[in-house]
Amino acid sequence: MMVAGCDVGSLTSKAVIMGDGKIVASVIIKSKARPGDSADAAMGQALSKAGLSMNDIACCVGTGYGRDRISFVKEAVTEIACHAKGAQWLVPSARTVIDIGGQDCKAMRLDARGNMVKFTANDKCASGTGRFLEVMARVLHVELDDLGTLSASSRSAITLASACTVWAQADVIQHLNSGVPVADIAAGINSAMASRMSVIVNNIGFERDVVMTGGVAKNAGVVAALEKLLGLRIKRVTRADPQLAGAIGAALIAGERAQGGKS
Amino acid sequence: MIVAGCDVGSLTAKAVIMDENGLVASAVALAKRSPEESARAVIDRALKDAGLAMTDVAWCVGTGYGRKNISFVNSVESEIACHARGAVWQAPSARTVIDIGGQDCKAIKIDAAGGVARFLYNDKCASGTGRFLEIIADALEIGLEDLGGISMKSTKKITLSNQCVVFAETEIISLVNDGAEIPDIIRALHNAVANRAAALAKSITVEKDAVMTGGVARNAGMFEALKNALGCELLRVENPQINGAIGAALMALDAARGAGGGPVPRKERALVD
Repeated sequence: MMVAGCDVGSLTSKAVIMGDGKIVASVIIKSKARPGDSADAAMGQALSKAGLSMNDIACCVGTGYGRDRISFVKEAVTEIACHAKGAQWLVPSARTVIDIGGQDCKAMRLDARGNMVKFTANDKCASGTGRFLEVMARVLHVELDDLGTLSASSRSAITLASACTVWAQADVIQHLNSGVPVADIAAGINSAMASRMSVIVNNIGFERDVVMTGGVAKNAGVVAALEKLLGLRIKRVTRADPQLAGAIGAALIAGERAQGGKS
Repeated sequence: MIVAGCDVGSLTAKAVIMDENGLVASAVALAKRSPEESARAVIDRALKDAGLAMTDVAWCVGTGYGRKNISFVNSVESEIACHARGAVWQAPSARTVIDIGGQDCKAIKIDAAGGVARFLYNDKCASGTGRFLEIIADALEIGLEDLGGISMKSTKKITLSNQCVVFAETEIISLVNDGAEIPDIIRALHNAVANRAAALAKSITVEKDAVMTGGVARNAGMFEALKNALGCELLRVENPQINGAIGAALMALDAARGAGGGPVPRKERALVD
């Protein structure tokens, strides 16, 4: 039986098709102006990758910020529920999940059965969210995906004076103008990002294993800085792309729905 | 006796020349590369307007974010103290001062004697500061000075759902794309900045009379928005932008009197790096 999950975020949209507990196809695309269009495009690509049509999908669950605008899903489920489920599938030992989205940051505590017991999020302030890194990458004229690798070659990282994205941006421009190497600025940006995330994580307290999901999990600079701040090793996601966590969770929930199971 | 006050902010520098009878001259200039340069340029302009030279100034007090880097001042005072002093001079009944600057927002409670009773300060978050207005004006390609007038043409109330400047900018761009009217958007922007400033003021409790100072107070739309957000009468002062410099000049007057009343020998202060 084939099921699908579609996670429409502010920056990227993800679609995952699963069968027999395995990922059959997955897609990550840049979000379009309208959430409905993003969902159609992501799901269309995933289906063609899998050589399937929508009729082959027993159930599809939508999630993410645009979840209420997806035409083809059977049900829309909150991001938190999907992310918790997806993270637990990716790393069964996960007890603390930190998910950085394009414009939010969530931290969740899971029990041994994968149920969420505690949760906190920031979507009020761009600092500590994917948007912070996006703005900074644009100022530095580097690709968002290169920020992490760049900071690895830093010799003396700068310290950003303010957590506010607006002030930090001015700070970064000043460092650039005074000739500070881009790697050192990138390292400072990644540290600032991690430090803001650590505030949120410390808010709910953390327990091992700590796992990071979302696109920022692929930024080695942020992960390393956060490990330093929390004083532990963050368990790496290897089973699939960490950015797919929400869509995987949605697909898993779709599987339960298709079997008439509980939520 | 001639005294001077110089307020070097992040965006603009202000200088005021006063004597015992009040304001003699003032100047406002965009900040230059260094606080010293900004301060020199603005005080020279004020002196020129007054037909005076630096040697005529008995005492000069520096304030503002760049105050530690001005060589020609005789002493420096905190921004809070200067803003409180300036506000009470401009509006003697003022008990709460809300000052919105280019990069910060201050709320000051004044005691019966005109001194600072309490204050709160936000420079951690760009929301609630003049920078919010600047960024959106830039994005919409509207002059900062024109925001007030444009907002007055608003006919429909809209509310921004984001407080963060970064998120609000995206929201405003979507609003424009969805066909919302620019005056309505600008009014929503003013309300967002005002709500943030009012929240700061309310946490020290707003006592009558409230007065708005800082460059942002010259924006009539912002003034209205803050008045509504506070839910109480708000006093206008004649010179909101130079309020801090006026306070500095008043303190210079105190200092000059304390030093004997006559011109005080000026010693070039060593620059603090």
